[in-house]
Formats: sequence, C-alpha cells, structure tokens
Amino acid sequence: MSAPSLGPNLVKELPERPRPQVIEARAKPEAAAPKRLSIKTMILLATLVVWIICWALFKGKATLALGTATLTDVHRGLNDFNEWIGSGRDANPWFIYLFNPLRAFLDTIANFFTETLAVSSSGKGYPNIGWLGVVAIATWISYTIGNVRVAILTLVGLILIGLQDLWVPAMQTLALTLTAVLISLVLAIPLGIWAGVSNRFNKFVTPVLDFMQILPSYVYLLPLTLFFAIGPAAAVVATVIYAAPPTIRITAHGIRQVPTTTVEAVDSLGVTGWQRLRTVLLPMSKRTIVIGINQTIMAALAMVTIAALIAAPGLGQIVLRALQSLNIGTAFNAGLAIVLMAIILDRSTTAASVRAELGARAAKGRNPKIRWSIIGGGLVVTAVAIYLSQTQLWAAVFPNYKFKYTADSNLTSVGGAISDGTANATTWIQDHFSGLTSALREGVTSIFLNPLESLLVDTPFFVVGAVLVIIAVVVAGTRPGIITALALIFIGLLGMWSAAMATLAAVLVATVITMIIAVIIGTLMGRSKRADTLIRPILDGAQTLPAFVYLIPFLALFGPTRFTAIVAAVVYAAPASIKIVADGIRGVSPTTLEAATSCGSSTWQLITKVQIPMASKSLALATNQGIIYVLSMVVVGGLVGAGALGYLVVSGFVQLNLYGKGLAAGVAIVLLGVTLDRVTQAATSKSGR
Amino acid sequence: MAAPSLSTSGSTDFAETSAVPDFSVRGLWKVFGHRGEKIPGDPELASLPAAEIMERTGCVPAVRDMNFDVARGEVFVIMGLSGSGKSTLVRCLTRLIEPTVGQVFLEGQDIMKASGAALRDLRRRKMSMVFQHFGLLPHRTVIENVAYGLEVRGAGKSERRTRAMDVINLVGLTGYEKRFPDQLSGGMQQRVGLARALAGDPDVLLFDEPFSALDPLIRRDMQAEVIRLHRDMGKTMIFITHDLSEALKLGDRILIMRNGELVQIGTGDQLVGAPIDDYVADFVSEVPKADVLTLKWIATKGVDLPGDCATLPADTVIKDAISTVLKSSSPVLVIEDGSVIGSVGRDEILALVGKQDAA
Repeated sequence: MSAPSLGPNLVKELPERPRPQVIEARAKPEAAAPKRLSIKTMILLATLVVWIICWALFKGKATLALGTATLTDVHRGLNDFNEWIGSGRDANPWFIYLFNPLRAFLDTIANFFTETLAVSSSGKGYPNIGWLGVVAIATWISYTIGNVRVAILTLVGLILIGLQDLWVPAMQTLALTLTAVLISLVLAIPLGIWAGVSNRFNKFVTPVLDFMQILPSYVYLLPLTLFFAIGPAAAVVATVIYAAPPTIRITAHGIRQVPTTTVEAVDSLGVTGWQRLRTVLLPMSKRTIVIGINQTIMAALAMVTIAALIAAPGLGQIVLRALQSLNIGTAFNAGLAIVLMAIILDRSTTAASVRAELGARAAKGRNPKIRWSIIGGGLVVTAVAIYLSQTQLWAAVFPNYKFKYTADSNLTSVGGAISDGTANATTWIQDHFSGLTSALREGVTSIFLNPLESLLVDTPFFVVGAVLVIIAVVVAGTRPGIITALALIFIGLLGMWSAAMATLAAVLVATVITMIIAVIIGTLMGRSKRADTLIRPILDGAQTLPAFVYLIPFLALFGPTRFTAIVAAVVYAAPASIKIVADGIRGVSPTTLEAATSCGSSTWQLITKVQIPMASKSLALATNQGIIYVLSMVVVGGLVGAGALGYLVVSGFVQLNLYGKGLAAGVAIVLLGVTLDRVTQAATSKSGR
Repeated sequence: MAAPSLSTSGSTDFAETSAVPDFSVRGLWKVFGHRGEKIPGDPELASLPAAEIMERTGCVPAVRDMNFDVARGEVFVIMGLSGSGKSTLVRCLTRLIEPTVGQVFLEGQDIMKASGAALRDLRRRKMSMVFQHFGLLPHRTVIENVAYGLEVRGAGKSERRTRAMDVINLVGLTGYEKRFPDQLSGGMQQRVGLARALAGDPDVLLFDEPFSALDPLIRRDMQAEVIRLHRDMGKTMIFITHDLSEALKLGDRILIMRNGELVQIGTGDQLVGAPIDDYVADFVSEVPKADVLTLKWIATKGVDLPGDCATLPADTVIKDAISTVLKSSSPVLVIEDGSVIGSVGRDEILALVGKQDAA
C-alpha cells in the first residue's frame, strides 16, 4: 500500500458504501442526457433566432457607438484624475514616501545596466563595457551555466545583432530585461518557496497569479504610468508584474512535486524545517526552478519590448515606430534581433536547467578538468576583452561594417541589407500574390468577421447583453452568468460597449480558427510520435517569441487590417492550444483504444468517437488558453489597424487627451478577459466527465 | 482437533520476551476529515462501523482505538489488507501523521507529549523507518544518503563517513557507495534505505511494507537479510506487511488489522490454530498448517500409552515431526516442560495434512 500522504489514504480508506452511488451518478445523466442537452440546445437556438430578428429589426439603433475622439464623462474624469495625480506627484505622501523612492530605486538599477551595456550618460556616451566585453561575458556565462553549443550560439547571435546595426537598442532592451529579471527573481523565488511549503499561502497566491496571467500583457502599462510616470521604472514594474508569476508558480510546483515518500523519509530522520528545505526540497526542485527562471526571462524580454508603448527604449521602440509607419523592412530587421535575443536567452537557460538536473553527476561523470580549465581561461579572455572594450574605440562601439550585397547596389550594412531585402520581398509578394492574400483576407472578413461583428455591434446593446448573459448561463452556469452581466454593465458604463463588441467579434473568430488548427494538429501530434517530435520544437520556439514579432510578417502579407491582427493572434495562440490538445489525445488510455480497435473501429471513428470525446477536457482547456492568448494579441493588433479596444489603448499612450479613454479601454479589456476566462473555465469543468 | 486454551484475544501478552515494553500504544485513533477529533470522544459514533461513520460525518477513521505493546527485541508485525490503516498506524507511531487521540510510549516516554525538538531528537536517535518506495535522495550518492541522518543530527564529517561505511558493509552494499540511487536495482535501493535507518543506531526500526515493491526472489533475500540483522543486532522491529507468509516468516507476534481496528494479536501458530473470527480464519486458510502449527496444537490428551514411546518437544513444528511419527509404530508422546501433555499419532498427522490437501 503506497499511501504516504493524506490524499491517497483517504481514497483507500473509503468503505464500500460510495460505490453504488458512483454507479447511480453515472447512470443518471446518461438517462437524462439527451433530454437536458436538447433543452440547452433549444434555448441557445431560440436565443440566436431572437438575436437575429432583433438585429434585422433594430439594426443600428441603441448601439452605444462612440467616435474615436469622442469622450464621455467617465473618460474626462479619468483624464482629470491623471492630471490630478500628475500634479500631486511631489505633494502627496503616497508619492513622496512610496512611489517616488521606488521609482528612483528602479531607475537607479535600470540606469546602472543601461550605462554598463548601452549608453553612458557621461563623456561621449560610450557604454562602460563595450560590445567586445559584453560578447565575451555573455559567451563565458553561456558556457559556464550551459555548454559549448549555447556558448557558440551566444557568440554568433550577438555579433549578428551588432551587424544588424542594432547593438545599442539591443543592449538597452537587455539592460531593462536584466533589471526586471533581477527584481522578479529576488521577489519570486522566496514567494515560490513559500507557496511550495505552505498550503495556506499557496491557496492565497494561486488565484492572484491566475488573474495576473489573464491580463493581456500591456493592459497594466497605462495604469502604471499613473504612479511611475513614463520611463524605465514603469517599464520595469510592468515587466516584473508580467514576468514574476511563472517563477513563483513553477518554484512552488517544483517543491510540491518532491515525492511525499522522500519528504516523509527525511522527516522520519528528524530534520528541521530548514534542513528539509536546504538538503531535500531545493536540490530536488532545482531543475524545475531553473525552468521557471527561463520562463521569467522570456516573459521579461517580451514585456520589455512591448513597454516601448510607454517609451521604454530599445528594440521594441524600433519595431513600434516601424509598425506605425508600416515600414516592414525596419520592423523585420529589429524583430529578427528580438528573435535572436530570445533564442540566445532561451537556449542558454534551457541548457542551464539540463545542467542543473545532471548536477554533481555530470561533473563526476565527464572530464571536469577540461571544463574548469576552459572556464578559467575564458575568464582571463573575458577580462582582457572588457579591458579592451573600455580602452579601444573599435572594441567599445560596434564597427560600422558596410558591404555591397549586389554589384550595383550602394554600400550598406547587414541590417540595411536585411531591411531592403524584406521590403523588396514584401513588395514582390504583394505584387504577385495580392490576389491570393486579399481573397483570403476578404473571404474570412466578409464571411465570418463582418456578420458576427455586425450582429454584436449593430444590435441594440440590451439585446446583445441579454443574449451574452443567457449563453453564459447555459454553457457555464449561474455564477459565470452573473459575472458576465456585471462585466457587461461596467463595459457599458465605461463607454466601451461598441468597441468591446468589435473586439469580442475578432476574439471569437480568431479563437474558432485557433481551435480548428489546434484540433487538427493536436490530434496529429497526439496520435503520431514522429509528428510530435517534429512539431513540438517549432511550437516551443514560437512560444518564446514576444507578441510584437508576430505582427510583422502578417503585416507584410495582409496589410494593416483587422484580419492581420486575427491571423497574428491565431499564430500567437495556436502553440499553447495545440500542445494542450496533443497532450489530451495522448492521455487517452491505450486500453480504451485497443478495446475500440478490437470492436472494429476505423481510424476516423477512433478519432471522432473515442479520442476527441475522451480529450474533451483538454479541448475545453485549450479553448480557454486560446481565448486568453488571442485576446492579448488582438489587442496588440490595435497597432496594425485592428481598431476597437486595442486601438483606443494605443492612442491613450500617444495622446494626452485620450489618456482617460485609453485607460477605460484597458479596463474593458480586463473585464472582457476575466469574463471569457470565467465562462470557459466553468464550461471546462462542466465538460469534465 | 483440540486447541489448547490460549489468550488469543485483543488483550496483550507481551511478557514473553522481556518485562519492559519498548513501544506501548494506548487508545490510539486517527480520524481523517473535518472535525475528526469529535469521533473518538463520542461513544455512540465511536462504536459504529467505519462506513457508517463516513456516512454520518464525512470522516474516515483510519486507526481506531488501537492498543498493543511491543517488547524489546521483538519483531512485531502489523498485517492487514490495503486500506486497513496499517500504514497510517505506523506513521502515527513516529507522528509523521499526527494521531487524533491516544498515547504512544517509547521506553516509557509519551511521544505524543514530545515537543518539536524532542520529537526530532527521538527520530534522530531512537527510531528509524524504512519505506516501501525507499524515499532516497536522488541527488546524493549512496554513502551520502546513508550518512544523511547523521548529518542532520550534526555529526562530524569523519564520524559520518566511518559510520556510514560500517553500515554499508553490514547491509552488503560494499563497492556501491559512490553510486546514485537510480543506478541501483530496487533491492539495492532498499538496502540503502535499510542502511540509512541503521546508521543512526536506533533502538527501534519501523518498516512500512519495505519489500512490497520488490521482485519475489529479491524479497526473499531481503527478508533473510532482516532476519540476519535482527539475530545479530537484536533491535526492536515493527514491520508492516500485507503478505501473510512474510508476516509468519518474520514476526514473533502478528497484529491483524481490519478497517482501522485491531482484530487479533498473537504468534503465528496462535493465529493459524485459533483464529478469533471468520475474518482471520479466512485470512489464514491458505497457510500450510503443518508448516506453522506445533505438536501441542494437535496432541490428543489423556491417552494411555506405554512408557517406551518416542517423544518430541511440544514446540516442534508439525512438518518436522512427520517422519518421526510415521516411522514410529505407536503414537509419539508430546513433552512440554518435562511432562507429557498428550500424544500424536498417524491419525492426527494425516487428518491435518489430508485436510490441507483437500482444501
């Protein structure tokens, strides 16, 4: 009997009694299912019919539509609030004793890294450590925490970024990322350990983390500028909020997954709490914690680039400006640099987590002497490189290397060549495939997006509101229904009804497409190990990229439209959903499959009648995750013409008189996100059987 | 078959081995669930069957009103099926699971009253446990695992090494001390678990189904190992198992548990010869009786026999007496404490063996 913990014990000690109940409970819905299902379907169908009739009759009436620059009292109130806070920055005790010192502290750390890596505030503006020194340090660290392969990757990647003419912005991004990661880890690891050892704290912190996760990443940029003004401090705080949760969550998970038997065994030897943590819990969760750190670094990089919206310097700034002026070439070049940085950071920390797992054993197994002498030699080389980068101009500022990429072209840098090449390729694609891309775009837009958007936006608000609440109640239950109703009322009060409905339409279309893709590819991966090993690395790679980067290629293909944002959202959301579906399909018990096969099921029947129904919980979870990802991306899509809430948030950053409206739009996004999350989660647990 | 009247009830008769019990358990309860502490104090609830308690309160009584003593140097086996609460019981003895109510005395000291530090000290020096799934630290070598208990109680490095090597040699792991647990077979890993428990030189060893996860052959080796260690070191052992043959092989006395309750305590032949109820009878029905019972269980009393008959001591296991009895022309006299308590002839032997074959 393996019942060390209370849980299994409870299950095993259960007397015979409950068994018949289980059978009863199973039997009941089977008998009642067809009836109840039909009632549900009938309600939904009736609702839909009423909705369409109302749409046809009252189209365009009571839609609560609002011009882009039109403000309501709420928006003006928020504007005033912003001004009031701005004027109170040096008088209000909250600011004097909390926000201003915190801001100064964060600025100090951020400036330290920025001056070290990117630009110093004194002299000619050369960084304290020039490119040669940075490349040497980064390569040495990659080797020490990882292996030769990631060291070479780091070396080549960084030099490539330099050749792209993007050294300084890349270092600005890196400086902010390092600042945010440092602060995130200082906060997150102790909190994660606490959540790992204390059930009570875990119960408290989990919903908080869940909430932080469903917030689209740049929604809290705007409110943060209220307290920290525009600049590095606000960017760092936003990044910490976004990047710390993974480490907290994963550290707690790592500590919790240490087998109960092991903990019990050391307890039986009389360890103190501290001894248990130091000798068992931390060493045994080391690898998991490093994975958490990896996720935190990737999230920080993604957020730092998005923080360009509140004037955080770096690569994000370049992408943002290029996107706004539809300069695909420049956006692609900078996007490529972001991808390179993401790959370097991801590969190095992943290699570090592998080393953490091998731990002492690898050092004992392979020849540690060679490794340590390389590390020692590398240290000397690094020191020399740093010295050179502080004394020699060529080692301080990345050389401006130019070449002719065709015989008759002008002298240009590698970055310039990439920009030009992309621009030319984009033009070529637009010239040759515009028929195809616009047909696809117009097809989806006019067949799916426009009707749905019209239905949501043009029907009187009270009809749409009632319909949405009814749907929420029917598919998810009463509580989610109430949450939906409250959220919709607030959205209306914020003056965001019409924009929110337009965003909802885009989110729903993108989610449906995401789920179709997720089911197809996920089923393929779940059924074939080979497909899985082929596709999974691509998905992993796609998940490490900052959201921004996805917009660039689709902007090139489809121009600045809602459809671009939807496609980018689908591509951004699909990896997570695909993985969940694949795991669900794989999780179907092989015995059940064998049984179904032995009954003579065809492959198609096996998929549609056994695997997909049995993976329904995963499918629902995939939808939930898909919606959250899609929402955050559709909103980022505001940058490329997706309009609605995302656009309003973006213009709130830019124009002071639209600040209040942008803030309201941000709140509306949160409300939409919370509602969609609650409803799909409740629907998930309902589909649990 | 005339069964001698022996105390085979729930009451305890530990006095055979030594006068001072090492472990005493009195009125021990463990109830899982919300407000489970109400149940032991409520005579009405406490007397209900487990299923009913579950129905009424939502609580699960995993251990109910447990009383027993374990003598110094005794191998005491707690046996029951999955879900009978035996693993919970053994954890309550070291408070890895906090008992709901009751007393646990170790050498006269009430463990239940021990403070956190005192309890840690008890665990470091007085009692150690061996687990079914080993519970080794995967990031430490064998020797580091074995020395772990010494490390946490603050022993110096050289002392730890010397002691750990001694124990490693003792359990037959010589040459493996630099390996990591996942490089060892299950049986080897459990030897590490055993060595770790022995390293602190505790007075009492607790075994929670230590060999259930092992292959039958390795299990037999490990059982022999435990018997050897017990013979050499004479430590008190409390051994949990669901395997009756293991219990009979190792146990001086056996406690049978069902649904958290004590059903019967006794030596192996007491359980087989005089099961207290149908549950125990059913439990032991498959046991080859000739291998377990002694002659006194089948001796016929008061038969007039000539004085020149062969004699055998009463505690001879029947299996070992077969050839003597069958060779002898007349029944064999059974001697206990110098006096004849009866005789055993072919009929008695054949009745037992024949019945067994029929079953």
